[in-house]
Amino acid sequence: METPERTVMERMEQGTAPPPEAETPAACTFEVKNLSIWYGEKRAIDNVTLGVASNAVTAIIGPSGCGKSTFLRALNRMHELTPRTRMEGTVLLNGDDLYSSTIDPAIVRRRVGMIFQKSNPFPTMTIGENVVIGLRLNGVRNQKFLNERLEKSLRMAALWDEVKDDLHKPGTSLSGGQQQRLCIARALAVEPEVILMDEPCSALDPIATAKIEELIHELKAKYTIVTVTHNMQQAGRISDYTAFMYLGG
Amino acid sequence: MKTRRSGNYTWRKIKSALASAIAFISAVLVIAPLGLVFFHLVVNGASSLNWDFFTKLPAPVGAVGGGMVNAIVGSLELLALAGAIGIPIGVLGGVYLAEYGSARINSVLRFLADVLNGVPSITWGVVVYGMVVLRFKGFSTYAGGLALGLIMIPLILRTTEEVILLVPNGYREAALALGVSRWKTIVHIVMKTASKGIITGILLALARVGGETAPLLFTAFGNRFWNHSLSQPIAALPLQIFTYAISPYDDWHRQAWAGALVLVTGVFCVNILVRILTRGHTASVV
Repeated sequence: METPERTVMERMEQGTAPPPEAETPAACTFEVKNLSIWYGEKRAIDNVTLGVASNAVTAIIGPSGCGKSTFLRALNRMHELTPRTRMEGTVLLNGDDLYSSTIDPAIVRRRVGMIFQKSNPFPTMTIGENVVIGLRLNGVRNQKFLNERLEKSLRMAALWDEVKDDLHKPGTSLSGGQQQRLCIARALAVEPEVILMDEPCSALDPIATAKIEELIHELKAKYTIVTVTHNMQQAGRISDYTAFMYLGG
Repeated sequence: MKTRRSGNYTWRKIKSALASAIAFISAVLVIAPLGLVFFHLVVNGASSLNWDFFTKLPAPVGAVGGGMVNAIVGSLELLALAGAIGIPIGVLGGVYLAEYGSARINSVLRFLADVLNGVPSITWGVVVYGMVVLRFKGFSTYAGGLALGLIMIPLILRTTEEVILLVPNGYREAALALGVSRWKTIVHIVMKTASKGIITGILLALARVGGETAPLLFTAFGNRFWNHSLSQPIAALPLQIFTYAISPYDDWHRQAWAGALVLVTGVFCVNILVRILTRGHTASVV
């Protein structure tokens, strides 16, 4: 199914086209203004301005190495984990400056969840423990609350029926697609406002991919989703808005 | 297409068999000393292992009988003290090297830790003698525990660091992406994943220092009787073996053999425990 919107933001060369303000979506969860990121001396993101629509899927596409993942990670301050990164510009989440000195990066990451390319359920924990670990490590102790959240998150990730009798089994005993959905459930459990997905299906087979895409479609009613993908067809299938990146811009 | 010349093939088979044989013989030569040690210990020491050995204090000099119970208990006490010093500092230091710090400082620290690992254990004994024994004017369990603990620190530090570095970065990122703070990620996720490896490192360090004699010569000093205070000298199994072995009494020689057998069996059991712990179907590091 071809998405009706083609490209909201398009930059072919570094810094040539000015941002077309008129095409910014109306209700923006993220407002990125003049974002630049350097890894040491190398400029990875070059003066990007973008609005990310609420309750919609925005796909970021582009060739390998153009900075898509870096940009995504800048949205929840994960790029700061790499040493020697520098950043300029602003990122506003519903009006809050994510990079202000008064904000704890951990709070930012609670509001903006992330799913990674390779599913990474914690190996020392069971399925149940994996889902609620975010809540537990943030101080939630009420077992009843945790159990409710556990079921809710697994249902939202379309995994409840498959694992409800196996919650005590290790997280790594699931198949690849199920593990990725477990990671999605884990991210949903802390109730973020936005979910970032860094090529979530690139390590999965077509059937698992289809399930995840269907899940993304269901989730966008409640969450804002930004995905990075190098699969054009997938971008066409799942996204409402598409941003094309090339050489950091 | 040229077919294989059968002569060439035969020669290759011979070379291959020769290499396998050399590897096998080398492996046997490595295991052989262990077998010899056990053999001699069992032959010479097993007969002296009796209930008395594990329950009685040493008999007066020259008299027959008595046991090494104070030495066995003393060794355990010293290990507990050494562990209290060596384990927290070693593990936390290893965590620091693996997770924090800058690349340059860390490589210097690593180098220093490796140097410390190579320091002869008697040197540690002399150092603690100067620092503690002379200062407080007496041999003591504290001094012995300190000497052993200092040996343990760089050992545990390096093994902990290596095991934590083996934890895949994906887990750290997943935890941080959930909004978990850095130190909680390290403690609850990273260290938990590496826990088997960390425990292995600790157990092996304990087994290593449990058999150290030289540092105890000038610190714990040994004790013929029960130790009643940590600021008094204490017996230790390796020390007792040493004292008995160089004595002129046959009965003490036999007891030394028995003591050596007990010591080696203890180390053996720790290694088996490590094996059991590191066997697991759930994904783990090391």
